[in-house]
Amino acid sequence: MTNLVLFLVLAVVAVVTALGMLLSRNAVYAALFLVLNFATVAVFYILLEAPFIAMTQVTVYAGAIMVLFLFVIMLLGAERLPGTEPLPWQRPLAIFLALVLAVEAGYLLFARRAAGGMFASAAPDFGSPQAIGTMLFNRYLLPFEVTSVLLLVAMVGAIVLTKKEKGGRE
Amino acid sequence: MVPVTYYVALSAVLFVIGVLGVLLRRNALIIFMSVELMLNSANLVFVAFARLFEGLAGQVFVFFVMTVAAAEVAVGLALIVAIFRSKRSVDVDQMSSLKG
Amino acid sequence: MTQADLYTLLPLIVLVIWACALLLVDLLIPRGRKGITAFLAALGLALTLGLTLAQVSAAGTAFQGMVVLDGFARFVNALLALTGLLGVGLAYGYVRRMGIERGEYYTLLLFSVAGMMLMAQAADLIVVFLALELLSIPLYILAAFARPKETSEEAGLKYFLLGAFATGFVVYGIALTFGATGTTSLSGIIAAASNGDAGLLLTIGAALILVGFGFKVAVVPFHMWTPDVYQGAPSAVTAFMAAGAKIAGFAALLRVFGLAFSSLSADLTAILWTLSALTMIVGNILAIAQTNIKRLLAYSSIAHAGYILMAFVPFGNAEVLPVSVAAGVFYLVAYTLTNFGAWAVVIALEKAEGRGLDLDDYAGLGRKYPALAAAMTVFMLSLTGVPPTLGLVGKFYLFRAVIAGGFYGLAVIGVLTSLISAYYYLRVVVIMYMREGEPERVSEPWLNLTWAASALAVVLISLVPAPLFAWASQAVFALF
Repeated sequence: MTNLVLFLVLAVVAVVTALGMLLSRNAVYAALFLVLNFATVAVFYILLEAPFIAMTQVTVYAGAIMVLFLFVIMLLGAERLPGTEPLPWQRPLAIFLALVLAVEAGYLLFARRAAGGMFASAAPDFGSPQAIGTMLFNRYLLPFEVTSVLLLVAMVGAIVLTKKEKGGRE
Repeated sequence: MVPVTYYVALSAVLFVIGVLGVLLRRNALIIFMSVELMLNSANLVFVAFARLFEGLAGQVFVFFVMTVAAAEVAVGLALIVAIFRSKRSVDVDQMSSLKG
Repeated sequence: MTQADLYTLLPLIVLVIWACALLLVDLLIPRGRKGITAFLAALGLALTLGLTLAQVSAAGTAFQGMVVLDGFARFVNALLALTGLLGVGLAYGYVRRMGIERGEYYTLLLFSVAGMMLMAQAADLIVVFLALELLSIPLYILAAFARPKETSEEAGLKYFLLGAFATGFVVYGIALTFGATGTTSLSGIIAAASNGDAGLLLTIGAALILVGFGFKVAVVPFHMWTPDVYQGAPSAVTAFMAAGAKIAGFAALLRVFGLAFSSLSADLTAILWTLSALTMIVGNILAIAQTNIKRLLAYSSIAHAGYILMAFVPFGNAEVLPVSVAAGVFYLVAYTLTNFGAWAVVIALEKAEGRGLDLDDYAGLGRKYPALAAAMTVFMLSLTGVPPTLGLVGKFYLFRAVIAGGFYGLAVIGVLTSLISAYYYLRVVVIMYMREGEPERVSEPWLNLTWAASALAVVLISLVPAPLFAWASQAVFALF
């Protein structure tokens, strides 16, 4: 029963933050709501016994990707983008949702560690970095190598698209 | 114990919000964020089913989706920066140099 | 990783290593002499083509069931390497003329071809997904390659946003498929689906994947991006994108729908039928109103996606599907050659700042440059499906297979829309020969070779199509 309550509270936070992103007029607020949403999803991953993925979610998605988004919004000048004033309900809502998330994540991490997951308990190393690493470098070796090529392409592309040509028109 | 269908239902709601964001918003940055939300909802399904099947394949897939998202973000934001430099706008409705 | 693994992916691995090396070598090549990079890229593609053709002993799956080497993969890979070669040939003079000559153009093109080849060999949905990204991301960049030209940047951004949107659908579809079957391997999905324990979740997953691929290959109603992107992207990129993305999308549809989801035919046949019919009708009707040749060819490419999709409509019928897929593969060859030829003519007449792209700019071409006009006539006839061209043979095989599957209505729609398309394709011919004008063309050796060789191939292969069709059938039949 408590499990269901925990799930529902988190689900509400996830849906409301997603709606917050959808309805924000300001790109910065949209990005911050999305960060909150990604953090909520990371808590779900912990509930689902995927600690490595949860950590990656926080570092890659919330950390790297969304920071890049915010960086670009600031670079373009958020004040020059239309609709910069925050809507009146946004600030209290964001604070409230963040508090709910923090309380629940703290409760899950510290108070309930011994109580087991939401499913019948899995093998002790299920979802551990070691188990994932073994999978990645054995069964999923080829896809792993393909992602390395993909990241190289993305890097080349980002440089090609933003580098100013010597003597170019800009 | 929370049934896996609850997770699928939640992810479906998030996916639909992402789709709506792409269809309704006109700011290229927010459209792009909505796409990220869609990818995240798919990841949630993967992890939930990985837990149900007690196999790591689903979690590994999430790892790959994140890598692809990172690559897409690099290229996509570079495109948005490039277009902002020449048009001073990231509103897709103002992109109308191309018409039939 | 064993030798058998390496052998299975040899052409692809060589191509990727070649592309990485080219990225470094390009730094040593001075600006203004990037033709050397183009030549090296073509050499790499030729090597890939040779290795692909040399892979005669099929090796089955490799890398723990991630990829597969079979006759179909060989055939499609050879076609993709050829597509890459033609793409480099078209780009060589064009990028210099338009002032966008940078070595990365060719590197990105090689990476994109690598992604397409990986798609043709994919045996796991993870690989399908990664291959889709590996082929798309370079295309997003190439579409915007003419920056800071606004039309090109816009084309890149629109292509990117809709491509990323499509990726979202594909990933969610794969997630549901994984949930329904417990596996992402295509053979595992076949096994799970035949046990009958899949159900609604699998159907929804398959439908979402279909929506994603529909965006990628520009099927109505997911075609909105195509005209803008085709018009705004540099013409050489458009030519490569139109052919390459279609071939790879077709390969993915065959691997994922033709084989893995064949148990869903009861639900999906009607959907595919509708998509195919809509795409043929809408693509051809919207093309009539176009006055810009790039947009005209864009709508024509949408219409052709509909014809190609026809090959999958009989996809629950194990008797007919191999024949119709073989016809689809043959049609892809015809479309690739015709498409590159037509774009080569467009590039020969295109001038800087987007001029020379109106249909009126083709007036007088027949009198002033008879050979070029004759080649364009061949391509227009082939796109319509009039003898003596490859387009007719392709349509003949395709319609015959669809009729054999009992889909008479679809065949009738195919014939009727081909008649509609005659109006706008032949209008180009009429303008070239009947109107007075002073067109100016660019004459570059590789460009001339591309349109001349394509025109010859389109006519000559149509006279003796049987060997090519036999090869295509042989490649496909081994799958079933």
